[in-house]
Amino acid sequence: MRKMLAAVSRVLSGAAQKPASRVLVGSRNFANDATFEIKKCDLHRLEEGPPVTTVLTREDGLRYYRMMQTVRRMELKADQLYKQKIIRGFCHLCDGQMLLPLMQEACCVGMEAGINPTDHLITAYRAHGFTFTRGLSVREILAELTGRRGGCAKGKGGSMHMYAKNFYGGNGIVGAQVPLGAGIALACKYNGKDEVCLTLYGDGAANQGQIFEAYNMAALWKLPCIFICENNRYGMGTSVERAAASTDYYKRGDFIPGMRVDGMDVLCVREATKFAAAHCRAGKGPILMELQTYRYHGHSMSDPGVSYRTREEIQEVRSKSDPIMLLKDRMVNSNLASVEELKEIDVEVRKEIEDAAQFATADPEPPLEELGYHIYSNEPPFEVRGANQWIKFKSIS
Amino acid sequence: MGFAGIAVGAAMAGLRPICEFMTFNFSMQAIDQVINSAAKTYYMSGGLQNVPIVFRGPNGASAGVAAQHSQCFAAWYGHCPGLKVVSPWNAEDAKGLIKSAIRDNNPVVMLENELMYGVAFEFPQEAQSKDFLIPIGKAKIERQGTHITVVAHSRPVGHCVEAAAVLAKEGIECEVINMRTIRPMDIETIEASVMKTNHLVTVEGGWPQFGVGAEICARIMEGPAFNFLDAPAVRVTGTDVPMPYAKILEDNCVPQVKDIIFAIKKTLNI
Repeated sequence: MRKMLAAVSRVLSGAAQKPASRVLVGSRNFANDATFEIKKCDLHRLEEGPPVTTVLTREDGLRYYRMMQTVRRMELKADQLYKQKIIRGFCHLCDGQMLLPLMQEACCVGMEAGINPTDHLITAYRAHGFTFTRGLSVREILAELTGRRGGCAKGKGGSMHMYAKNFYGGNGIVGAQVPLGAGIALACKYNGKDEVCLTLYGDGAANQGQIFEAYNMAALWKLPCIFICENNRYGMGTSVERAAASTDYYKRGDFIPGMRVDGMDVLCVREATKFAAAHCRAGKGPILMELQTYRYHGHSMSDPGVSYRTREEIQEVRSKSDPIMLLKDRMVNSNLASVEELKEIDVEVRKEIEDAAQFATADPEPPLEELGYHIYSNEPPFEVRGANQWIKFKSIS
Repeated sequence: MGFAGIAVGAAMAGLRPICEFMTFNFSMQAIDQVINSAAKTYYMSGGLQNVPIVFRGPNGASAGVAAQHSQCFAAWYGHCPGLKVVSPWNAEDAKGLIKSAIRDNNPVVMLENELMYGVAFEFPQEAQSKDFLIPIGKAKIERQGTHITVVAHSRPVGHCVEAAAVLAKEGIECEVINMRTIRPMDIETIEASVMKTNHLVTVEGGWPQFGVGAEICARIMEGPAFNFLDAPAVRVTGTDVPMPYAKILEDNCVPQVKDIIFAIKKTLNI
């Protein structure tokens, strides 16, 4: 029995390729799953919210851990490449800087865990994490950031314009993605396949007019649209208190029911997303989720992030609310995984990121001949004018 | 902004929506969705995400609707790569172009004209078919001529045809070209005509600066037709002011038949 469990756990716990030098964990007897309490969500126009306890299986836990760690490491690598000037222009990271989602890994991984691959997702410019969770490889993402031909948009889009199946970017204009998301939800309803669209925006965008237009039409037509406000408390350099007359973003949908979710806890995000998706699939119309997260660094690489808040504030959040640490502690304390096992995942992830970064740095830039490609879809080839009338580029679809 | 974005999102997700602006003046608010979300996306995504949407509605001057409701957007939309822009004149143009626009897998802006909605035209037999299409990117020679090429789009095409009829009585034969498409512009048809007639007048309802006529003139200079010009190309445009309300003022802000005739005669040095 013990051997069988060990074998099963080995199969479940990782990728096919494992370095020979890894520590033997096969003899450990792990639990299959554990139940955790999660924070109750504040509710708006909802009688009930997501459950306050949830079951996490070992398999899921390891997968979430690996995904979050991958997003974290990928973003830190992007940060590094940007500082080395190998990445140009905008780089909004999930970890805050460069539009990176650091500390916001729980959001992208948790959401993905709450929906199906056939559902749809659209976000703004802090998109690298979502590009990964929606199915693209770290290689393609980093190579797009470095502007190489192996990038997911062939080097044409960069940080803010990455697309995948059922993932609509990556949008540079603040707030514009929200009506787009409602439109995708309209297509979902029109096609009648029970799919939903997660439409993300930040606390800064939440004050935009077109978002309220989208709320109105989504509610009127009962579109299966989950509006998700990632509230990281700062719109670039402006704190929410200085930007919004009401900072209860989950209530801003007014006639749309809403919930405020702990965005640093991947399980909380997962349960809330599942709940929201069920609401939409039941034909009840749109719903709003506010994810409370935090942005470590500045808004982007040009912003050190300390001119408008204190270092103490940043340190405090870092030590108390790191989503990866939270998951790790839970898993280890409930015997879902061992510290060594998780360390191994760290090592594997680091290697994967290194390899991807290598590729992203070594891959050549797109060929100049392709500069004019992809202007129109499904079109016979034509010519594109260059800097003067004698320079011409061929355009094919 | 809201519904334009919803339409673009629906197109991204595989539907084929037609987004109507009551007039293109209102599209100015929504123009971010037309350009940044629709036009640029296929390119930015490296060919992964196309946007098969049609934006349609009346464009340009109407009658007595004053400045905020009378602007022509042909130059604004014609400026942007990734968009196709069509401008029908008569009934057959309207039908053939809207069908081509809908069947096109790219964002197409169709600039109609409110004053043309009520004008009746002969409708050829072939145009009655439900699959009657007019190719986007191809101009039509409405009237053959030998002395001068007159190029226009939308309602002014009718004025050019009228001007040509008047001038024919004086022995001047104008070749009238109906652009039908603003972008991608069919410059070849215009060039071939200029190489035959040696004279060019462009006519449009929009403002002169940075307009459709300006683009045609620039391209004629860059191409083979330049050496065939016997006189500088001339533009007839809307007057360079926000549209006034009083009838006498408004009438003098859109190109009239007499303005076209005057420009033609000036070009021909008559």
